[in-house]
Formats: sequence, structure tokens, C-alpha cells
Amino acid sequence: MLKINNLHVDLEEDSKTILKGVDLTIDSGEVHAIMGPNGSGKSTLSYVLSGRDGYSATKGSASLDGLDIMEMEPEERAAAGLFLAFQYPVEIPGVGNMTFMRTALNAQRKAQEKPEVSAAEFLRLIREKAKTLEIEQDLLKRPVNVGFSGGEKKRNEILQMAVLEPRMCILDETDSGLDIDAMKLVADGVNALRKSDRAFLVITHYQRLLDHIRPDVVHIMAEGRIVKSGGPELALDVEKNGYADILAEVG
Amino acid sequence: MAQAQACNQSKILNLEALEPPGGGEWATRARNSALERLQQMGLPGRRDEYWKYTRPDTLIQTKPPKAALHKSDSSMFDGIEKIRMVFVDGIYDSDASDSLDGEGITIERLSKVTEKDSHWAKNVYGVLEGGSHAPVKRPLAALNTAMATDGAVICVTGRPSKPVHMIYVHKSVTSDAILNHVIRLEEGSSLTFLETGPAAARFNKTIEVDVGDNAEFHHIRIQGRDHERRAATHTFARLGENSSFKSFSLTVNGILTRNECVVELTGSNGVAHVAGACVGDGDFHHDDTVFITHDAENCESRQVFKKVLRGGAKGVFQGKILVREGAQKTDGYQISQSLLLSDDCEFNAKPELEIYADDVACSHGSTSGAIDEDSLFYLRARGVPLEIATDLLTLAFLAEAVDEVEDERLKGEINALLTDWLERRRA
Repeated sequence: MLKINNLHVDLEEDSKTILKGVDLTIDSGEVHAIMGPNGSGKSTLSYVLSGRDGYSATKGSASLDGLDIMEMEPEERAAAGLFLAFQYPVEIPGVGNMTFMRTALNAQRKAQEKPEVSAAEFLRLIREKAKTLEIEQDLLKRPVNVGFSGGEKKRNEILQMAVLEPRMCILDETDSGLDIDAMKLVADGVNALRKSDRAFLVITHYQRLLDHIRPDVVHIMAEGRIVKSGGPELALDVEKNGYADILAEVG
Repeated sequence: MAQAQACNQSKILNLEALEPPGGGEWATRARNSALERLQQMGLPGRRDEYWKYTRPDTLIQTKPPKAALHKSDSSMFDGIEKIRMVFVDGIYDSDASDSLDGEGITIERLSKVTEKDSHWAKNVYGVLEGGSHAPVKRPLAALNTAMATDGAVICVTGRPSKPVHMIYVHKSVTSDAILNHVIRLEEGSSLTFLETGPAAARFNKTIEVDVGDNAEFHHIRIQGRDHERRAATHTFARLGENSSFKSFSLTVNGILTRNECVVELTGSNGVAHVAGACVGDGDFHHDDTVFITHDAENCESRQVFKKVLRGGAKGVFQGKILVREGAQKTDGYQISQSLLLSDDCEFNAKPELEIYADDVACSHGSTSGAIDEDSLFYLRARGVPLEIATDLLTLAFLAEAVDEVEDERLKGEINALLTDWLERRRA
């Protein structure tokens, strides 16, 4: 589904090279995790894939279902099925959470040449999804993420994922800033969305989240490259021994 | 060549040659004294500090530049029961208007009132305007008092259920309209006053509102879409004890708009809110000039102005809070913000506080900036196309000003109108 080939990326601001040849292939139904020390390029990878300004791909490619996503605008990538759950969800005063999600859903449906969802249908849909994620009705009425707790912001990200039904979900440190109960709730939300035609890329510092979202493949990223890949046991290894051993091993 | 240019230039109004319209005794006196004031002050010029950011040239010429007509937004507030008064190029159209009878309210035409030898209007007409020229002069308002022949004269004694709606229709590309509304709210009364439409190629309009003790005045104005129109408006209010004055203006389009609002809080516990939202493109120029005087204890005033500018549009805000000696426990707030959607726009803000009492809370702020990139990316990453995302954030930016409209139905109409305008702009 997602195919990243020898991807090199510079930060436009100071021409610093962050990604130095990332190779990654994720198939339908799979859950991959990327772990790595601070500054290894994990978040940059998520931003580059979702189309944030300020990064330029100098070499290599990335495609979703065979379509070159690097040439697309962020909204086109979203309509193609890519979803980024933000590490720091943005607060947008003045834009209602419901208005935001309905606008997003209908914009994607329009791009996919599907009929728009009516206000009544949408209300039914969002209420049902919010209930499973234990999101209060009140949060739906408030402006996007404004005054939300850390846990509420992350659950709101998962709610958007549930509403938009993307093919490829990238979770950027979704566990950061969450207590254990909140993390479990988020993980349950993600697990409920796992299906055979959807894939996940979970970016995290800690193995803890992976206890709840069981990955099929674990990658270790360091200095802009994936330096080691393995099964879930690789995450346990990192948790026990830190990154130093692995980094020494791969040179 | 130079001669041809000189011929094309319209002449400046000759104040010495102005002759106020004839009328009854009180009106003649009021008009003549306004003319004297005007002749003494002279017309505004580029050298005037108060006109530093807005060129008055086309407002003081004998004739206005032509203004093309636009399909009028006459359907605004259609879903709300109201008493409509229609003015076509500044002249009252009784056939198009509703019956002016209402419970707790007396509505007359200025043209009839000025024929009488005496009328209560003499205590308001030209009186609030006449007292407004220090420390800054407002000659265009004096011109209005001297020359206006039409408008509404409204006395509110109760709490009429229907708002009064002024509908300004622009039909002639060369029309030059002057309207003057005089409103008196008696103790404990309440009125919602709506204004919509472009009015004329050039429009000079004054409202003088005398808000009695415990009375409430709500003013909502939507200035028309005709892009080439020019308007200089003044809203004067004098507030008694426990009274409130809330005014909101929405402006989309207009080559020149200068909205002055002058409020005097003369009784304790008065509340004055003045707000404005505007969205403009290209040669759009919009100026909000506000002067609020606290002359009594325990009063609250708010000024909330938001401007969205694009493609070279210009915005001006001059806002002042004057707290006189003895006006203790004043609560004053002022915010003016602009959202600049392109690099070639300009926003000039001049916030002023002048305080002569020692127990007051006054705050003011002014910002201008581009659209927030993080918010924009967040929306786009969810599939919202750039233009729609920009519009959503534009509406969000304007929300603080639009929220000043307390009536939910009116607020809903304004939001729908804004959304519709933004959508059409996109198309």
C-alpha cells in the first residue's frame, strides 16, 4: 500500500538533510511501528508524507496505492486515503469541531466523486463514533481542540480517523502526554479500526504503546535511515537495552 | 493634457454657496447653525490628522464619481418580521415600505418633521453631532445636519416586537444621497434598528440616538456589495443610566467606507459595544473611527473590529476611549485586528486611551498577521482544500466581532451571508 523508496529530505530553512534514504513498504492490513531516538527523523517522515510545507524531497519516492504522493497537495493526499494523527493537534478557535469534521469528510467525498453526507446523517455518524471513544457531546460542539485536555485532543484525532476512514494511518507519537488510561482508550480506538484493507504506521518513543497496539513489524530509525527491522520482540529489546546496543551493532 | 486633466477633476464643494433646504422654525435654526459650524471647520483635508489614513477627496467633491450597480441584497433579514423603510438613492419610497405604525413606537419622515415649527427632534437633531467636534472635527456630519432632507425620526416609548429595517437601494450610478435618522428611546424602552444596502454612489448618513435611562438600542448594519460606492457615516449616541447601546457593522466591498461612531456614556452603569467585521479585496478601503467618552461611573465599553484584507485592500482603525475625571470603575476594552491574506494589503491602527480617573480598567490591543500556517495545514491534512480552509479560518477570525450580535437569528443570518459571500468570491 505505502511504498517509500530511498527517500531523501532536506529542511528547506537551512538545507539540513534530515532523511537520508528511507526505504519502507507497508502492505494492506499491516501495522508497522517506527521507534528511534530523538532527532532520528521520525516526525519528519510523518510530515513529509502528509505534505507539510518546509521540507523538500531531494531524492527517492513515496507512493500510496501506486500513486506518487510527493507531487500532491496535502488535501489530495488526504483524499487519496492518507491520514496523520498529529503529535500536537492544532487548536483552531472559532471553527466548530463538528463543522470541521463534516467539511473535511464532504471535501474528501467530493474529491472521491461520492455524494456528500447530509447534516442529519453526519450527526448520527459522529455521535456513534464519539460514543465508542468516550468523547463527550460537548467536545463536538466546542471549537477544534480548544480547551481540550491532552487525552481529549488525542481521542479527537482518533475520532477524525474513524469518521474519515483512511486507508493509511500514520500516528505520530500519539502516546506522548497521555496517562495510562488515556493511552489505553486511544489504543482501543485504533485497534477497533484495524482491518484488512487499512494499514498503520505507528511512530513512538516507547514500547509501552505497542503493548496495546500490537505491530506486525518494528523498525528502528536512526540518523535519517531505517537501520533495523524485525518483529514485535525488537521493541521489547529496545525497551530493555535502549538504542545504544542496536546503533553500535549497525555502526 | 494638463488642461484636460483639470477638467476631469471634480470641483471641491463650495461651503459659502451652500443653501440649506427650507423648513419650519426649529429645523431652519438647526440647519443654519450646522452650516455655520461647517463653514468654520472647513472640509476635511489630507493634512488633517483624523484623515491621515483615508483620503477624503471624493467625499468632498461637488459630484461623486460614478458607481456601477450591483444586484442588491434586498432579501437580507427576510425571515424576520420587521417594519421596513425603503430609501432609493436616498429618497423614501413609501410604496415599497411597510406601514409605519407600531406598538410603543412612533415613526415619522424627517421631511415631514422638518416642516413643523416645533418637534421633539430639535433636542437631538444636530445636537449630538454639534457636541461631537471637540477634540476632533467631524465636518461631514455637520454637512449632513445642514443639508439632509430625508430620513427617519423615531420615538420609542415601549418595547416594539419588530425591528425597524432601513433598506437602502442604489439605482442611479451618479446618485449622491444624504440621510439623517433621529432616534429617541424613552426610559425603559428598547429598539433593534437594522440597516442594509449600498444606498447610492455616494452616501452621507448620520444617526443620532438618544438612549434614555434603562433603555436598550441594538444596531445592526450590513453595508451593500456595490463595490464602487463611497460612504461616510456617523453614528452618534448619548446614553443615560443603566442603558445600553450595541452596534455591529458588516462590510463586504466598497471602494471607500468611513464609519465613525461617537458614543457618550453620561449616566452610571451604561454599556456601549461597537463592533465591526469587514472583508475586502483590491481597491477596497475601509475605515472605522470610534470615539467613546466615559463621563459617568461604572460604565462598560467594548470596541471589537476585525478586518480581512486581500489583493491590495486597505483597512484603518482609529479608536479612542476617553475616561473623564470622576468616571471611576470604568471598564474599557478595545481590540482591532487584521488578517492579511496577501502581502500587498495595508492595515493602519491608531488605538488611543486618555484617562483622567484613577480607578479604571482599560485595555487595548491591535494585531495584524497572515493566516496561521499550522491551522491551515491541519485542515488541509484532513482533506479540506486550501481555499475552503482559508475561508473557514477567515470566518473563525471574524467570529469575535460577529459574536457581538446577541440575537441568535440575526447572528445566524449574518454568518450565512458571510459564508455565501466567501463562497461566491471563490467561484
